Amino acid sequence: MNVLVPGALHHYTRRSPVQAEGATLGELFDDLERQFPGLAFRVVDERRQLRPNMRVFVSGLGVRDLAHPLRPDDEVALVLALSGG
Amino acid sequence: MSSARPSRRAPATASSGLVLLVATRKGAWLWHGDSRRKTWRVDGPHFLGHVVSQLALDPRDGRTLLAAVKTGHLGPTIFRSTDFGRRWTEASKPPAFANAPGLPARAVDHSFWLTPGHPSQPGRWYAGTSPQGLFRSDDGGDTWLPLASVNDSASFRPWMGTQQDGTPDGPKLHSVIVDPRDPDHLMFGMSGGGVHESFDGGARWHTLIGGLEVVDGLDPAEVSFHDPHCIRQCPSRPDRYYQQNHCGIYRLDRTGDPAADRWQRIGRRMPKRVGDSGFPMVVHPHDADCAWVFPMDSQTVWPRTAIGGKPAAYMTRNGGRSWQRLDQGLPAEQAWWTVKRQAMTCDSRPTPALYLGTTSGEVWIGHDEGARWKPLARHLPEVYAVDVAERA
Repeated sequence: MNVLVPGALHHYTRRSPVQAEGATLGELFDDLERQFPGLAFRVVDERRQLRPNMRVFVSGLGVRDLAHPLRPDDEVALVLALSGG
Repeated sequence: MSSARPSRRAPATASSGLVLLVATRKGAWLWHGDSRRKTWRVDGPHFLGHVVSQLALDPRDGRTLLAAVKTGHLGPTIFRSTDFGRRWTEASKPPAFANAPGLPARAVDHSFWLTPGHPSQPGRWYAGTSPQGLFRSDDGGDTWLPLASVNDSASFRPWMGTQQDGTPDGPKLHSVIVDPRDPDHLMFGMSGGGVHESFDGGARWHTLIGGLEVVDGLDPAEVSFHDPHCIRQCPSRPDRYYQQNHCGIYRLDRTGDPAADRWQRIGRRMPKRVGDSGFPMVVHPHDADCAWVFPMDSQTVWPRTAIGGKPAAYMTRNGGRSWQRLDQGLPAEQAWWTVKRQAMTCDSRPTPALYLGTTSGEVWIGHDEGARWKPLARHLPEVYAVDVAERA
């Protein structure tokens, strides 16, 4: 499935979107980590929780639960939460 | 005041000059200085937009640089360079807490303090993090392992408190010290959580808080009430330490029995109108009676600015019996900045210069042990840390 990657993470992927697979959001991040080592830890912490200022949208729906199921035709967007300073 | 000054030794190894390492809220900069410390060439920004807690140069090889980095959104990591920042490589396993059975899970927000290991252990580094954690690398900063004796200890966890118990930017493990005489002799401080020491490489720890004061009304026997800000060991007399604490300035001379060791509050000799609150502590490389602090306003809401808008360093030459104001060249008024705990340092030349970075984005050099201050840089982001090292 398509995964949109913000510019802050292009250091790992060199492009957006990228392709990744997973039956859940957590499995998707595991696949992203396999392809782009180091990326997952910048988004998901060691407790397997989404970092506080990161957002994930699955086909337009905001999701924070890594157990959230994914369909093959879903589009996932990794987004930096809007903030200033 | 002592009239006899110890002899000043020149640096033991050949150097091609000094490099000033400046970590800021939005990137890192290097300044390469000539041997006379007169001309400085800027190199940067590195990691523009990233929060850089510290840049550290490995004195064991004079060329390995580590940078503790995160962004406002992304998680923390460590970058390494062996060519003074021309190329950076990310750590393949940055500091991350392990699951501690029976204890609430935590996540590293950022690596805060970097300390190279003992010369007998090339590749060894230590990192202190926020929330408080201690990590060790044995491959020059590429992979980091947590020290369970601290991070997963049922004794340490209550002393650390929770994220809500710490300062607004998070509680920190800092001032990681490796005794130059013994690689297994370690010390660190926790902002909220006291001072801790190990003689066996971190397998077991004991507290070192005797003589330290806590905020009025709290019990000094409770370790979690202790808030060391910055601890330094004297290179010229390793049994002496200085500490800037939330509750004043202290000196410790080891007795050989940790249970008998007591910190002495030397800050009471500071001028009353100045007090002894602050964050950084700098010790002279060749004279253990000499140290510097940078007092800040800690009245009412703790503005954390220069007292009266008139910034100054203070120096003692007699172990804290008296203090001398050093402000020549610094702004005389309306300068409402201060210096964070890692943002003041000195070089190791026979007559050291001091270097400081301000919360307002300036870098200053204090020639002749801080007697004469000159601006080195302006218009930087808030400066978090300043280190200086001899280039190989």
